[in-house]
Amino acid sequence: MLGRLILEDNTELIGTSFGARRSVSGEVVFATGMVGYPESLTDPSYQGQILVLTYPLVGNYGVPDKKVWESASIKVSGLIVSNYIDTPSHYSSRRTLAQWLAAENIPALEIKDSRALTKKLREKGVMLGKISFSPSPNPSPPGRGKSRIPPPRGRRLGGGDFADPNLRNLVAEVSTKRIVKSGSGRKTVVVFDCGVKQNIIRELVKRKIRVTVVPWDYDIFAKRLKFDGIVISNGPGDPKMATRTIAITKIALEKKIPILGICLGNQILTLAAGGDTYKLKFGHRGQNHGAILVGTKRAYLTTQNHGFAVKKIPKGFRAWFVNVNDKTNEGIIHEHLPFMSVQFHPESHPGPLDTGWIFDEFIKKLE
Amino acid sequence: MRDLTPTLSLERRGGIKKVLVLGSGALKIGEAGEFDYSGSQAMKALREEGIKIILVNPNIATIQTSPLLADEIYFLPVTPYFVERVIEKERPDGIFLSFGGQTALNCGLALHKKGVLKKYGVAVLGTPIEAIVLTEDRQKFADHLKKINISVPKSKAATNLPQALKIAKNIGYPVMVRAAYALGGQKSGMARSREELEKIARDALAISSQILVEKYLHHYKELEYEVVRDAYDNCVTVCNMENLDPLGIHTGDSIVVAPSQTLTNDEYHLLREASIKIVRSLGIVGECNVQYAVNPHPSLSPSPSRGGKYRRIPPPRGGRRGGGGFDFEVIEVNARLSRSSALASKATGYPLAYVAAKLALGKSLLDVQNQVTKVTQSFFEPALDYVVVKIPRWDLEKFRGAEEKIGSAMKSVGEVMAVGRTFEEALQKAVRMLHGRVEGVTDNNFSPEELERYLRVPTPKRLFALASAIKRNVPIRKIKALTGIDPWFLYRVKNIVEAELGLARNKKLETDELWHLKQLGFSDRRIAHIRNVPETEIRKLRKKLRVTPSVFQIDTLAGEVPAKTNYLYLTYNGSHHDVRALGKKSVVVLGSGPYHIGSSVEFDWSCVHTALALPKYGRQSIIINCNPETVSTDYDMSARLYFEELSFETVTEILDFEKPEGVVVSVGGQAPNNLANALSEYGAKLLGTAAENIDRAEDRNKFSALLDRLAIPQPRWNSFTDMAEAQKFASEVGYPVLVRPSYVLSGSAMSVCYNEHELEWFVNKATTLNKTHPVTISKFFTSAREIELDAVAQNGRIQVQAISEHIENAGVHSGDATIVYPTQRVFASTEQKIMKVGAALARALTITGPLNVQFLVKDNRVYVIEANLRASRTFPLLSKATGVNFAEMIVASFYGKSRRIEIPYPSSVVVKSPQFSFARLAGADPLLHVEMASTGEVACFGDDADEALLKSVYATVPFINKKAVLLSLGGIMNKKRFLESAKALLRAGFKIYATDTTCDFFNKSGVKCSKVYKVHESRKLNVLEFINQKKVAFVINLTERSPDEQRNVASTITDGHLIRRATVDNNTPLFTDLFLARAFVRALTTYKLEDLKIKSWQEYNKS
Repeated sequence: MLGRLILEDNTELIGTSFGARRSVSGEVVFATGMVGYPESLTDPSYQGQILVLTYPLVGNYGVPDKKVWESASIKVSGLIVSNYIDTPSHYSSRRTLAQWLAAENIPALEIKDSRALTKKLREKGVMLGKISFSPSPNPSPPGRGKSRIPPPRGRRLGGGDFADPNLRNLVAEVSTKRIVKSGSGRKTVVVFDCGVKQNIIRELVKRKIRVTVVPWDYDIFAKRLKFDGIVISNGPGDPKMATRTIAITKIALEKKIPILGICLGNQILTLAAGGDTYKLKFGHRGQNHGAILVGTKRAYLTTQNHGFAVKKIPKGFRAWFVNVNDKTNEGIIHEHLPFMSVQFHPESHPGPLDTGWIFDEFIKKLE
Repeated sequence: MRDLTPTLSLERRGGIKKVLVLGSGALKIGEAGEFDYSGSQAMKALREEGIKIILVNPNIATIQTSPLLADEIYFLPVTPYFVERVIEKERPDGIFLSFGGQTALNCGLALHKKGVLKKYGVAVLGTPIEAIVLTEDRQKFADHLKKINISVPKSKAATNLPQALKIAKNIGYPVMVRAAYALGGQKSGMARSREELEKIARDALAISSQILVEKYLHHYKELEYEVVRDAYDNCVTVCNMENLDPLGIHTGDSIVVAPSQTLTNDEYHLLREASIKIVRSLGIVGECNVQYAVNPHPSLSPSPSRGGKYRRIPPPRGGRRGGGGFDFEVIEVNARLSRSSALASKATGYPLAYVAAKLALGKSLLDVQNQVTKVTQSFFEPALDYVVVKIPRWDLEKFRGAEEKIGSAMKSVGEVMAVGRTFEEALQKAVRMLHGRVEGVTDNNFSPEELERYLRVPTPKRLFALASAIKRNVPIRKIKALTGIDPWFLYRVKNIVEAELGLARNKKLETDELWHLKQLGFSDRRIAHIRNVPETEIRKLRKKLRVTPSVFQIDTLAGEVPAKTNYLYLTYNGSHHDVRALGKKSVVVLGSGPYHIGSSVEFDWSCVHTALALPKYGRQSIIINCNPETVSTDYDMSARLYFEELSFETVTEILDFEKPEGVVVSVGGQAPNNLANALSEYGAKLLGTAAENIDRAEDRNKFSALLDRLAIPQPRWNSFTDMAEAQKFASEVGYPVLVRPSYVLSGSAMSVCYNEHELEWFVNKATTLNKTHPVTISKFFTSAREIELDAVAQNGRIQVQAISEHIENAGVHSGDATIVYPTQRVFASTEQKIMKVGAALARALTITGPLNVQFLVKDNRVYVIEANLRASRTFPLLSKATGVNFAEMIVASFYGKSRRIEIPYPSSVVVKSPQFSFARLAGADPLLHVEMASTGEVACFGDDADEALLKSVYATVPFINKKAVLLSLGGIMNKKRFLESAKALLRAGFKIYATDTTCDFFNKSGVKCSKVYKVHESRKLNVLEFINQKKVAFVINLTERSPDEQRNVASTITDGHLIRRATVDNNTPLFTDLFLARAFVRALTTYKLEDLKIKSWQEYNKS
């Protein structure tokens, strides 16, 4: 069964399907991590995106039990790999990746030259695209190994086909609809679920924190919630769409409640405190991004998955981390109040465990 | 937050102006070319900082000992005595210990313990010496890891046998035994019972004062991490690797895959975090390698109540992640650059040694630019978008008596690395890179009876047994049970097997199937073989259907950032090229492929210098090579590097893509040389001598006819396919005769036969090996001398030449011979004859480029035995001895720009000694013969031959300061010929022990000696027990004639064999050649250790 990945510039790549036979559209992004596909696929930050994994062998260790996923279901719209492995080998595997994708009705293609695709996405920035199973407009039989790049002025497939997920309120789509409590301990932290990865909650619970996960637009001050701090989670899309979360965060800032922002949460905190964000030409999507602790010679290896970044650091804050390579902001911290946020994922999953101490720093502020 | 204080003060490092770098000496099993790579990279890093570099390394064939990098090069043994004297003379500020393998590390530790470093104020740069000391002491290190909550297999150190037995009893069998301070897992092994332990422990205690007895973790997965840390506590793991073979096979002898394939995110990162924790706890500054055993079925692990106690490491932060328990143990840590780090470096493109050297100077990972991308920093972990497979190259069949089984003691002599976008593609490429003879994993032949044994017992053939078993429908589960190999890998092999079965079944080869096969790494030749058509037909079809490979970059970032890398590979899992062709201004240089017996770092030297010289003539160099241990595959040696096969198919694909001016086949040894004809026929332009002339030298018949035409004498020879005719010829020319197949490389399957019986036995063996080629038989001269001529010619005229002489008589392979330059015992008239022959051959073959001719001299007559129109093993030696770079001359000759150079008679002498690795090859008889057995070489300079020889021998074998020797000389002639030397030993104050008749003879001849008894004489203190007591400085064991006489009674092990084995097993120097033994005794009795001059190469070259 063959399918096509069509990009908004009409590039068409043909691949063998190993997921659901369903046409979808989305923003096409790539990630360079070599492990952690179950974690990435269930990461709500990928909502609305077709994910290209640059590591060519995917499916090696199958799919583990649901309890270790990052959310209850696959969040990507579609998956592109170079070489799908249908013979997983791992004691924790419950089923194959193809079985999982089929069960969740997610399309997936094996496109041999995923590197060409990656380079295109790198050069052009993120692009819209779609996975299509309708017959190709060009009926000549495709070589299995070859993708076909049509002539530059090929048939316009119609911009309407490429729904831009960033125009949707992705945060609202992935956020919990009800309050979920977990953990036990002396201190309580409210987590704004803008698409929270379960491992953020696990990291807090592990540190003896009571966690209350609330919807992204939940007015924690209107209700009689008791809490000692706030975590603004990661999530998909443009931070400026999360208007409700920004508004509630502003109140929290006024009340000087300890805040930790993660990824999208970094941007939301920035916006709430009067800073600004922008869309990166090259988003950071990998597990090998170095972040320097500003003012030191120390750097940490981090997992990153973001297309937007902090442009203007709000007043009263300073840069906490910067990216080793492109020097973009990787986190802000208030000069003296308990507000901090990071652009990377201290909860990892997937990725290196170098920055778990961020949670400890935050919890110290709860005292 | 963590402590940010650097571990070394900046002021301390600021004062570093001169650094001593220790190399690893000769290539040996367990310590090979990878240390030329790491040393060279470290020196590049030092040079950039303007630091003066002093290098001690007697390995003359290396790039690091070329005058490109170091300011002063000492060709001296890397031993505490010599290095101390170099320190005394040079007074360096700092010393690098981590770039020269275990040899450099051990030497550095000894200097530290003796207080030498402190005395001369030499700072150990990089990882603090205390950390090295800790990692080298197995007991202390295990305790240290336990302290930081990292689990290690239950173990205890022992210094004697009863202790070891007691520990094993406590732990429970099976146990693993490891020797401390040993490289390549020497003398380690698994013991299932008390009896097995007694043997292994005794052997290990013979070479090491301490052994570790540990719980054996049956069929655990083996994983490795390469960690880099700077002085500011920044840490990254550059690469992780998974061994296809389960625990129990030395990682150097394992098939290794990068990155890991069967680890989940949690497992990958928990191991990564543990690695970093270990490295931080040790205060490593630079590079460190951590090896793990991982339980593949954690729920099945023995409970603490029975069997061994398995501690489960509490995950460094928080509880268990990712369902099920994760059970791992640390099995090894190397606080230095290692073979694995060389592999990791080549697998990822991250220049580990370069970065480690910068960090040792106090730089931070944030200050060192990523040399591959040039846009990112070194603080990152490479993301691969390809798979790397390394397969070791063993040459066990070259060692008579050596066991085929592999295990925890390394036996391989080299390795290949292949890059692909599927595991299958990389695996099949790697298989072909090994020898160029086997076309893929399915290219094998096992009987059902053999199969189970080859699955169960790990040998170099096991990979092929896997495919064979799958073909025979042996269930994956059963193969897994027998081998311990993770099913993931087995299913990949199954995928290959199924594709091949499909190919055999299908009527027509469709485009899609062809793509599929190429994506799984099938070669044209293999496809052609299955389809029963010529290889060219598949190639034609492929080109017609445009099924051609893509050229991809290894960019360390999986395409995330535009990289300026020149590091390339080919894949059929692609549809674009990352680079554009270089075209006419480029030249392809073919490398040597894997190191093996007969082809080693010396060819890489020629290759690198060729690549470096090409830009002088306006050409960009494109290197093709597949050996991760080389400098030629370093990121900055060429304009482009293809980490690829040296096969006709791959080389021509690259030529088709790059469209270069031409290709150089004459600097990478025999492998590329063998491609000359095919490439020329394909239409490629060979730089230098024409293909048909190369063939005239390679083809025995053509070459012999040429010699006859030029009236150049040669030993009588002929080719035979019929036994009766062969025997008739042999009796005509008279025994002994030398028997060999055509296209010889380092004497494979070559042998001397002394009578009809032996001839028959050997030919039957050889012809079954090689049905299509006739067997060549030539007259073998006894008591003849061997001389070599090395030269570079241009348009048939010799431009530069040098003559060197073997100390041993003919009959020892030139690769195993001790070679001296300039010649010491050759008449001027003989040299004239030799040069005339060289000139005649150069003219007749219109040679442009290298020429090497091997001569026999008997009764002042000069016979030609063979000529090679390629750079020879001695090129780097002679280049450094004469100060004329022969490789640069080769390139100059290609462009008609070489000038004639007369080499003046040198004022110093250089002696090359072979390095043997017999001690690592259980069972192998350490006796020299016509087949090459050495794994490396060293060369040292002296004011005369004696001084140079003594230094050179000291650089290959560990000497103990004992004034006693053991002589065991077979035959009356040997005894008589050694008499003068024995007297000299006695005069020099040596106590002589001798066996049996040797003792009687010397006592009668007035040389006082004490008798030790033969093995079978059940007298007290027989010769083996005597050797085990390590009372003597060295052993001389001469056999009456060639070892080949023993061949037809191969099962009998002679006293001589036992003596030789015991000697090498006790790390005692052994001499088995009369001429070398005499020369050594003369040198030893002429020079005292302190008389040996400490002079750098630069100083010798000045005088």
